Amino acid sequence: MGKGKTVKHLIDKEWCKGCGICIHFCPKNVLEFNKQGKAKAARPEDCIACKLCELRCPDLAIQIIEEPGSRK
Amino acid sequence: MTKQAFNFKDYIRPRFFPHIWCPGCGHGIVLGSLLRAVHELGLNKNEIVITSGIGCSSRISGYVDFHSLHTIHGRALSFATGVKLSKPSLKAIVPMGDGDALAIGGNHFIHAARRNIDITAIVMNNRIYGMTGGQFSPLSGSGKKATTAPYSTIDRSFDVVELAKSAGATFVARSTVYHANECKDLIKKGISHKGFSVVEILTQCPTYYGRKNKEGDAIQMMESYKTNTVKIGSKKLEKNPNLIQRGVFVENTDIPEYCEAYDKIIETAMKGKA
Repeated sequence: MGKGKTVKHLIDKEWCKGCGICIHFCPKNVLEFNKQGKAKAARPEDCIACKLCELRCPDLAIQIIEEPGSRK
Repeated sequence: MTKQAFNFKDYIRPRFFPHIWCPGCGHGIVLGSLLRAVHELGLNKNEIVITSGIGCSSRISGYVDFHSLHTIHGRALSFATGVKLSKPSLKAIVPMGDGDALAIGGNHFIHAARRNIDITAIVMNNRIYGMTGGQFSPLSGSGKKATTAPYSTIDRSFDVVELAKSAGATFVARSTVYHANECKDLIKKGISHKGFSVVEILTQCPTYYGRKNKEGDAIQMMESYKTNTVKIGSKKLEKNPNLIQRGVFVENTDIPEYCEAYDKIIETAMKGKA
């Protein structure tokens, strides 16, 4: 987690095709499949906002939004 | 950062999403890199024209919110040449598949390179014809399997970089979708370069190429780009010369750009007439 920042994962479930690229390449193991086989942020508190998922998502379905403000 | 943060929704036509590409197809990553490159260059959407031919990769022209032309198979570069000559102020970008660029449009490709017209050709090399059902392409390489080569191909493959270099392209680079950031940087350089730029991007087709050649799913294919490629001149090449090199191979600014040279001809021809 970036210092004093919260990270929001906007994942478009309609656009996601469940290829799993984001899940595989996430260095902090933040993402996983939901019941429909689409990506979801299961552990957003571990996210360091490296944006590798956003960069490599072939469906442009992920947006990472960093917001200032500390997290518990 | 004073510039507005990147949001791809500013650059696409969302009504066409989700796109038609298969789950795990690398073309979407190339699209993302292209949009990021355009954003970082701070280009106006109205000064870009995307011209594409036929194939999976050529669908890009429909997804981006720039001027776009979806033209005939292999001839995207010819259409882009026409557009560029009539309006040299536009940035011409041509996303092409490997077959579109080097089989059907092979002739147009080498002649556009020879002319050194200011067009950026993005060759998305997935080594197969995906849209039409997995026929082998001139980049499949020998010993690879495809729908039309169930007992493996015998044709050798082109090397896009070598071909573009010898045809006279003044900017030649290669990257892969695994290296999405590098890919964005090379597209940026290609767009900024004045002259014919070729950016080859290795991208996976898990549906046909991966499945036929038992290269696994999209993730495994992307991992293979990590292990099978190195930066130009890396020491790893001494041990394994078969590794694919990534980076900028040619960057030549000495050769005159075609539109400028053409304007000079017009100027010369008009002398004495006035």
